[in-house]
Amino acid sequence: MTRNQILGALAAAGLALTTASCASAENAVPEAGSGGSAGAGGPVTVGIKFDQPGLGQQVGSEFKGFDVEVAQYVAKELGYTDVTFKEAPSAQRETLLQSGQVKMIFATYSITDDRKQKVSFGGPYFVAGQDLLVKADSDITGPDALNGKKLCSVTGSTSAKKVQDQFAGQVQLQEYDTYSKCVEALNSGRIDAVTTDNVILAGFAAQPQYEGKLKVVGQTFSTEKYGVGLMKGDTATCEKVNAAITKMVSDGAWQKALDDTVGADFKPDAATNPPTPEPCS
Amino acid sequence: MDALSTLLESYDVLAAFWMTVKLTFWSAIGALVVGTVVAVCRVSPVGVLQAFGTAYVTLIRNTPLTLIVFFCAFGLLNTLGVSLAAAGSPTEIVDNNFRFGLIALSVYHASFVAEALRSGINTVPQGQAEAARAIGLGFGASLREVILPQAFRGAIAPLGNTLIALTKNTTVVATIGVAELSYVMRGMIELNPSLLYAIFLLVAACFVVLTLPTGLLFTSLSRRLVVQR
Repeated sequence: MTRNQILGALAAAGLALTTASCASAENAVPEAGSGGSAGAGGPVTVGIKFDQPGLGQQVGSEFKGFDVEVAQYVAKELGYTDVTFKEAPSAQRETLLQSGQVKMIFATYSITDDRKQKVSFGGPYFVAGQDLLVKADSDITGPDALNGKKLCSVTGSTSAKKVQDQFAGQVQLQEYDTYSKCVEALNSGRIDAVTTDNVILAGFAAQPQYEGKLKVVGQTFSTEKYGVGLMKGDTATCEKVNAAITKMVSDGAWQKALDDTVGADFKPDAATNPPTPEPCS
Repeated sequence: MDALSTLLESYDVLAAFWMTVKLTFWSAIGALVVGTVVAVCRVSPVGVLQAFGTAYVTLIRNTPLTLIVFFCAFGLLNTLGVSLAAAGSPTEIVDNNFRFGLIALSVYHASFVAEALRSGINTVPQGQAEAARAIGLGFGASLREVILPQAFRGAIAPLGNTLIALTKNTTVVATIGVAELSYVMRGMIELNPSLLYAIFLLVAACFVVLTLPTGLLFTSLSRRLVVQR
């Protein structure tokens, strides 16, 4: 083993510590040239979230959500006939791409400069914004109304910190390892608001057990461009992904997928959506 | 080195390290107190206490720590509304999480402390207990004066193992938002994935700094304090 492989194995062992999920560890399909030219056919492994209602969620043996719909559309456009989904927890996304365990990642993966050092991004295929989820009868109207309130987000995200730093210095932060815990705490009244990207919140609010009890405030205060994670330097795939996204938007499949998954009530920021893919680099 | 200084500048690793130390220290004390009580119950002549001790160890030792932490945060705090911090205080959430984290860690590791102590009690020859009885000491007095002091010295090595396990298990309370090392690690990996190896080595080093000396100390203590027979 080279030094890098050993380090990689060590790091992977460390990461196992951060995931409390017990998702089945399916074997990744080895890449074996599956990244060839479009129309090559064959199988492809795509990374998605398994625990994000409306975006990427495992329901029985099926996968549902907007990320899943876009992933399937793009994979089809790229000529793949068989799509295998693999769980891509936030902390493992870069490793999954670098080691070739997945070809693409559609997992609320915001394009940032630091991430661009390790991976390449196709898209964006959706532009989300940070927002608040509150109880349906709550009087919270925006991030600056949160002083003295309790705000929840997940460990390792900047969203809660951002509210504290820029809008409400007196807000108390609760961080759990998953959004579902935050939403449950909100529903039980322990927490006053949950913050993260609006589309994620809308996915939770649309779940049957919360229907009518929770609402998304609808005042976004950031821009998160969800990109398609690709192996660093894979511009050939990136170009094809961008073409596929452009096509998906123009033939109406994009809007339909959004309505079907996150709910027709959810209105993304019209100034930025549907987005135009950025040039590949 | 560059990566390391970036990490130390942008994240409060020292505060996280201190939080891990605090969690370890206070829950070790909690586990020792509760564990001693449970061990004494297990060896006591009273049937009800024996049953309680056995039930405690069997139940808690076989429940994953994650579930105990989850029960404290969601069962006790969120659902039943048992709060351990002043309502409405500006640090209510942080205090509650820390205190419930402590309780979960103490309760869980108490079962291992109790078993370590029971094995220590078993190293004390039967004759010692009989002699204590013969000079007129009751159950409490013979435990206090004769058996427990020898039992603790015989149980030092397994108690050390429990302490090391406890140090590492503090990472579990990150799930309820206590800002210790693994909690900061998640933030670092999410926001600086390009420094993955440096992050891993930094956090691993912090734990080695805590656990390696603990191991050495307990090994040497167990050699020096063991009751020669």
